Amino acid sequence: MRRSVQDIYENSFEFLRTFGAFQLFFLRLLRYSPGIFFSRFDLVVKQVYNTGALSLVIIMVCGLFVGAVLALQAYSNMSVFNAEDWTGVAAAFALVKELGPVLTAILFAGRAGTALTSEIGLMKATDQLSAMEMMAVNPVRRVLVPRFLGGVIAMPLLAAIFSGIGLFGAHLVGVELFQVDVGSFWQQIQLTLEIDDVREGIIKSCVFGVAASLIAVWEGYNAVPTAEGVGRATTRTVVITAIAILVFDFMITAALI
Amino acid sequence: MTDESDNLIEVRDLTFSRGHRKIFDHLNLTIKRGEVTALMGPSGTGKTTLLRLITRQLIPQQGAIYIEGIDIATLSQAKLYELRQRFGMLFQNGALLTDLSVFENVAFPLLEHTKLSRRLISHIVLTKLHAVGLRGAADMMPAELSGGMARRVALARAMVMDPDILIYDEPFVGLDPISLGVIVRLVRRMNDALGITSIVVSHDVEEIATVADRSFLIADGKVAASGSPDELRTANSELVRQFMHGMADGPVAFHYEAPDYEEQLLGRENE
Repeated sequence: MRRSVQDIYENSFEFLRTFGAFQLFFLRLLRYSPGIFFSRFDLVVKQVYNTGALSLVIIMVCGLFVGAVLALQAYSNMSVFNAEDWTGVAAAFALVKELGPVLTAILFAGRAGTALTSEIGLMKATDQLSAMEMMAVNPVRRVLVPRFLGGVIAMPLLAAIFSGIGLFGAHLVGVELFQVDVGSFWQQIQLTLEIDDVREGIIKSCVFGVAASLIAVWEGYNAVPTAEGVGRATTRTVVITAIAILVFDFMITAALI
Repeated sequence: MTDESDNLIEVRDLTFSRGHRKIFDHLNLTIKRGEVTALMGPSGTGKTTLLRLITRQLIPQQGAIYIEGIDIATLSQAKLYELRQRFGMLFQNGALLTDLSVFENVAFPLLEHTKLSRRLISHIVLTKLHAVGLRGAADMMPAELSGGMARRVALARAMVMDPDILIYDEPFVGLDPISLGVIVRLVRRMNDALGITSIVVSHDVEEIATVADRSFLIADGKVAASGSPDELRTANSELVRQFMHGMADGPVAFHYEAPDYEEQLLGRENE
């Protein structure tokens, strides 16, 4: 009994300590971000390419099929009420407000987040970060901040592309496959989708971008510097990011309703 | 009589543990300015840890390390980075930045800390690469280099800022005999020609004897012996003799602490 109380105390203490360190780490990244953004924009652009451009294929393919499947579901349900023209609206709402940002963030964690964590973790394991320290170059500033910023910038762009391609997928299914009138399909979307709905999607993708990038660089920087440690850190990145994204999604949706 | 100002690095009463294992127990040593100092000792005695403490990648749990009389544990990050610009360090595995080419790796400290023209940086980098015999590998990526080549590139990078203190962690491991000879001579020549101070961690008793002015043999968390390589070689201490002459029997056990061999084997069989 005494043992388990002590375990709970120690685990709680460790959790609070890690959470505090995580917040301080976030503040450090924020502190260095403006300097790196304005003085070393080349490093940021390279990371936008690594995290964003290299994730384009998976984002576009998934966006296309998610949009198509949404249109399939929407059409089969709407047609019961003779409301096939609303197929596009249903797909657009789901994509712009929810699935665009959420699925992009989860795919981003799987493709770019894992790459960031393993890259930083391996740099640590092979003494590259220590070597930078010894060359009087702050690795947080030089390595982590550009990667963090690259993810933060790339994520909303990827979410927008995901939603755009998703709408195209919905169009293919609704208009080309089920012969919904093309004018009605797009006009209903235009009339129903408000700027506030788009804003909600943008806010979510920005918050998810910060969360996914932050978790990826944190896990890489704090990985145990062994092959097993880097592997575990990479797995944790995907798991923690997925949970964080869904929790944040609920909180933001609740706050904006 | 020695002049206090000759003492560049002073380690005083250093105590450092990892978990329950005490690595250093009130260790004291002094590194003189302008000398090549060797840190030697059996595997696992904490030589690399000592280098990390001297460069404040780690902080002593007790005791202090002074560089030019300043306790480095008290330095702010800005002051520490200022100090580190005077250091060059060759890591055991080279620690080259894998996303940069050989040329970019060597140019890295210059690009980060100076406003020199690209042309001048290119000249400096090629000069340093030429010194380690790898000018022709400037456009290669670290993944394309052998272990020995990577270490030589890392050496070029360590000396590119013309540091006051050059630290080598196992510089002779994995080098072919030709590279080894060149690097050994380079360590000595750079130290004398540029008037720098060198600290070399090595197991290689023969090679280190040809370059070091002073050696410290570290064992059991303390300095077991110190002096010139010749003095160490002729020392009476059993431990020093065992290490310098590579003898299997002596105070340093070859086998890590373990239960009785026979008992363990038979015990496992009976399980």
